[in-house]
Amino acid sequence: MDTQWPLWEVFIRSKQGLDHKHVGSLHAADAQMAMENARDVYTRRREGVSIWVVESKHIHASNPDEQESFFDPADDKAYRHPTFYQVPDSLTHI
Amino acid sequence: MVAHPDLQTQFDLRVAEDQRIEPKDWMPEPYRRTLVRQISQHAHSEIVGMLPEGNWITRAPSLRRKAVLLAKVQDEAGHGLYLYSAAETLGTSREQMIDDLHSGKAKYSSIFNYPTLSWADMGAIGWLVDGAAIMNQVPLCRTSYGPYARAMVRICKEESFHQRQGYEIMMTLAKGSEAQRAMAQDALNRWWWPVLMMFGPKDDESPNTALSMQWKIKRFTNDELRQKFVDATVPQAEYLNLSIPDPDLKWNEARGHYDFGPINWDEFWEVVKGNGPCNRQRLEARRKAHEEGEWVREAAIAYAIKRKMKSEK
Repeated sequence: MDTQWPLWEVFIRSKQGLDHKHVGSLHAADAQMAMENARDVYTRRREGVSIWVVESKHIHASNPDEQESFFDPADDKAYRHPTFYQVPDSLTHI
Repeated sequence: MVAHPDLQTQFDLRVAEDQRIEPKDWMPEPYRRTLVRQISQHAHSEIVGMLPEGNWITRAPSLRRKAVLLAKVQDEAGHGLYLYSAAETLGTSREQMIDDLHSGKAKYSSIFNYPTLSWADMGAIGWLVDGAAIMNQVPLCRTSYGPYARAMVRICKEESFHQRQGYEIMMTLAKGSEAQRAMAQDALNRWWWPVLMMFGPKDDESPNTALSMQWKIKRFTNDELRQKFVDATVPQAEYLNLSIPDPDLKWNEARGHYDFGPINWDEFWEVVKGNGPCNRQRLEARRKAHEEGEWVREAAIAYAIKRKMKSEK
């Protein structure tokens, strides 16, 4: 019997008001065990106030080989940035 | 690797520019293999490294020392897990890595094949073994493979407590009775040379160094790190008023470094080959833990399946 538990990705909110951030992965038989293992492996020094665990097989990632073409719609739209617009230096609050 | 000239060029450029390589990025096979070897070896060292110290948890001299040692050994388990998880992003599996450890194919740091004979060894290990590990690990926080670098950042944050608690044990013994001082000196005598060997073979005999430096997996050579360690540690030994067991050790004004005597490389290679004082015992303990834990792993899976079936009814 294959006794390797499934792989889970772990995300931790380090303090109230911040995003959950990916910290690594671990193996666990189910979500509850993944949660408890994540606490023991990744928050031994109060590094978190909240944990998400997601089975790794459920994560879909963009393909790095297509990185350029995938992200290029944003390349030629400098007008989405405030520095694209010239306003007089003498003005404030703009 | 000539099959992908563009990808190779892109990879080389990225490494040259100090950008990180991430799991799904293209990488040359030898780079991937080197990383799997190094990261898994590093993970195994953390896990096997729990054994020499675990030996003293039940015999720690006070509740404080016991709690501290337990926390340190728990950290080592955690470090092993961070590193296994980093290695798994390269496409190797946890079972494969563990099988390779148990079959003797994968190595772990030779230092953990030495026995821990007295309580003072807990001090010497924290101070010297963890001190040497820190020298090695701090530059790895900037290693070119992203998941490895991030695991190392987490490890380095935790490692400093390990070294300081060890030095604290040495200070207590060094300031104690004659017998305690002698214990501390004996531990330093036994650990000093094996710790210097931890940095690995001399640069001219280290076949992997050149490529690892080129790929920015390693940032300093074995000899550079060993020298940094000696320079940092000599004043710490002087403070303890303990003597380092090396008659050739002396400050070299011209070099701005300490000179030290020759390392017994025959001993190093013997230990690497599996003939150190505790190699068999360490591997046996790991195999036993893995085999005797099998029914627990199976039961947990069976329980998870049963619960899932119930909730789907």
